[in-house]
Amino acid sequence: MRQDLTVQQMSEDDDRSPPLDLRCGAAPSINRARNCSGEAVSGSGSSTSSSIPASVPVTVTEYQSQYPDQVLEIVLENVLQFLTSRRDRNAASLVCKSWWRAEALTRSELFIGNCYAVSPDRARGRFRRVRSVVLKGKPRFADFNLMPPDWGAHFGPWVCVLANAYPWLEKVYLKRMSITDDDLALLAESFSGFKELTLVCCEGFGTCGLAFIASKCRQLRVLDLIETEVTDDEVDWISLFPEGETCLESLIFDCVDCAINFEALEKLVARSPFLRKLRLNRHVSIRQLYRLMVRAPQLTHLGTGKYGPSEVAQRQGDTEPDYIAAFAACKSLVCLSGFREITPDYLSAIYPVCANLTSLNFSYATITADQLKPVICNCHKLQIFWVGVPCVIDYQCFEEIWVLKLILAVIMQALDSICDEGLQAVAATCKELRELRVFPMNAQEDVEGPVSEVGLQAISEGCRKLQSILYFCQRMTNAAVIAMSSNCLELEVFRLCIMGRHRPDHATGEPMDEGFGAIVRNCRKLTRLAVSGLLTDRAFGYIGKYGKLIRTLSVAFAGDSDMGLKYVLEGCPKLQKLEIRDSPFGDAALRSGLHHYYNMRFLWMSSCRLTRQGCQEIAQAMPRLVVEVIRSDDEEETDNYVETLYMYRSLEGPRHDAPKFVTILR
Amino acid sequence: MSPEKVNHLPESDTKLTLGLPGAGGECHRTKAGTKRGFLETVDLNLMSSSNDNKHCEENDAMASSKTPATKAQVVGWPPVRAYRKSAMKGSCKFVKVAVDGAPYLRKVDLEIYHSYQELLSALEDMFSFLTIRNHVNERKIIDNVNGVEYVPTYEDKDGDWMLVGDVPWKMFVESCKRVRLMKSSEAIGLAPRTPAKNSSKS
Repeated sequence: MRQDLTVQQMSEDDDRSPPLDLRCGAAPSINRARNCSGEAVSGSGSSTSSSIPASVPVTVTEYQSQYPDQVLEIVLENVLQFLTSRRDRNAASLVCKSWWRAEALTRSELFIGNCYAVSPDRARGRFRRVRSVVLKGKPRFADFNLMPPDWGAHFGPWVCVLANAYPWLEKVYLKRMSITDDDLALLAESFSGFKELTLVCCEGFGTCGLAFIASKCRQLRVLDLIETEVTDDEVDWISLFPEGETCLESLIFDCVDCAINFEALEKLVARSPFLRKLRLNRHVSIRQLYRLMVRAPQLTHLGTGKYGPSEVAQRQGDTEPDYIAAFAACKSLVCLSGFREITPDYLSAIYPVCANLTSLNFSYATITADQLKPVICNCHKLQIFWVGVPCVIDYQCFEEIWVLKLILAVIMQALDSICDEGLQAVAATCKELRELRVFPMNAQEDVEGPVSEVGLQAISEGCRKLQSILYFCQRMTNAAVIAMSSNCLELEVFRLCIMGRHRPDHATGEPMDEGFGAIVRNCRKLTRLAVSGLLTDRAFGYIGKYGKLIRTLSVAFAGDSDMGLKYVLEGCPKLQKLEIRDSPFGDAALRSGLHHYYNMRFLWMSSCRLTRQGCQEIAQAMPRLVVEVIRSDDEEETDNYVETLYMYRSLEGPRHDAPKFVTILR
Repeated sequence: MSPEKVNHLPESDTKLTLGLPGAGGECHRTKAGTKRGFLETVDLNLMSSSNDNKHCEENDAMASSKTPATKAQVVGWPPVRAYRKSAMKGSCKFVKVAVDGAPYLRKVDLEIYHSYQELLSALEDMFSFLTIRNHVNERKIIDNVNGVEYVPTYEDKDGDWMLVGDVPWKMFVESCKRVRLMKSSEAIGLAPRTPAKNSSKS
């Protein structure tokens, strides 16, 4: 069904339509199709992140009789209840007006991938019976200090509308949103049946806000705070959960870096028989962990706090709790994380659960490969593994002192192999591995890291079912990346971060083009890609030619010319999220994406070669695109180049809450 | 990329240490005010600003053994979230910072700063209504909006409230339990430490 729409529908998992040419200024032509009852209706664009433009008129011929239509709609509603995937729902809503209406009435989970793409009122106007809301705000590069604070993504306007529109709301999931204590207070007061709150990478509130949630949401099952900043208002929120048995199933607060009232927590766990997931913060000691585990052997997901004895010296005669027994008693444990400030001696306590583990997060644990191996060699069922690799001394300063340099090079070699060894152990045991993340413990550029292409090669040979990898390293070779491309054919997510900028293949001195080229060519399921190292336009040529399913692409310090970006924008029809920094792409490249920008959730380009003029042209050509130019300070930029361009489709036009350092081009 | 020549290395810099090289050298943000093309650099030790050369030479390693050879550091690179960076530091010295009249507290990890100047700059960022003015021999903290002056004070291990800046930085980090930006009008009676103990500022 061909349609001219002002906004192309596309939600996150929507892989339907190829890009359409969209002419600005042209009135949308209404496609007429007949529905079952003989009405002429307009095809309507719809997605959760962009509903029908208000200006699309609908013509309806007379009803023969209202009764059959109502029956039809009721039948439809009952059938559509069973559609859960939003991709399916979007498709259903396009069939005809009647289906659109029925779908809107039966959609219970609202997913909004960009909180500025649609206003709360518009969302409320279309979807009347929502029980669950997912809202995403800032773009991902904001996590790395590339965006000044107070840019936006406020939850406030949303919670006000939600409170009025959906008093039966049960679930809220927010990612990269700015939330205040008042917002949480309003949320807690407005929804009597509220069940699940998940906040990922959010900020702006404190333990005060948590206190509202704990005390007022009596039906609360899930309170998950993940990598979210929570200020310490010195409020004892843990003791504010209601007395008596709770409904709590999941309590994740490892990122809440405040001391908590442990006695209250212990009592809470004791009266929460449904608790399955518990992730503690580093203020909970291992002894306290023991007491909690003893009360909750039914746990499936456990995040330890500080994993080692506290500084308070144990009194003589004080026996250590039997940690091994505590772990052994948790027969359902499948996911372990935490291990902050770890004392490796205590690692042996987790041996009893290793055989059942499907997910293990050691990314905050400073352990050596030798300490890791006895754990890993038992983890035959492991599917998800996150690990941090400790950094090593930087010996580059000893260039002049050749003797030392020689000695250090030998040590480096040995240490390299040790840490790659850890990965080799993983490769040898974890045949079910689906997801691997290797983080740098000390995230600097120049420190020689202990994982390299050896580790990557080993993983590619051992873990053939790998679907997702995030791998930080200092150096890499094309050969290892090519090996991964041919061994791990299930890869959907490939994110390689060679921390040294512009680093070539360290064995051949070549750019990393061929490695990434092989990934896009061989991994037919690839939807997410992050590139790094020395890359020429050729790499982007490969991406454009072979990356037909790629939805998210991250580029940093790469490419030679506008051609690089052109290849991608012209070649990748499924591209939805494109984030680029410090790459030499300019206005001409930007223009080459005009046919596609309405299909995308956003484009981010910082420290590239875009001029204000070039961005202005885009803004003028595409009225439904919000084109934000972000400065890092209040002064006018004196450079000709735009520091940051962030643009996204939206039905609402320029937002009204933009701070001073954001200019929205028209 | 060749490192700059190093003419002379003090003994301490050639000491081998394994493990985390310490909090120094990590410059994961510059103040929002810098404008840069491809690179943003702040050399923490030399306090000089960068060149804009895309292939920047490494700085020499005259830095203390705490900071590894600082290459031009770039904002937000490598792309590791600040939360993860601070969580992996292991030791940290978090203290609460309160500003008289502000409704919220902030917490700072003193170990990531190397001088009073750095700390005050960070506070300026956190409490955006404040500005630090450097006068001879003292720094003033002023509320942009109403001109109220604040004096940075801290509570030390003994529970005494002292003026920030009177002891060497490291001693301050070790003994500080919490920081309070007190209104100047109320900060009477806070005496600097007696000269007998230590009066050097850093």
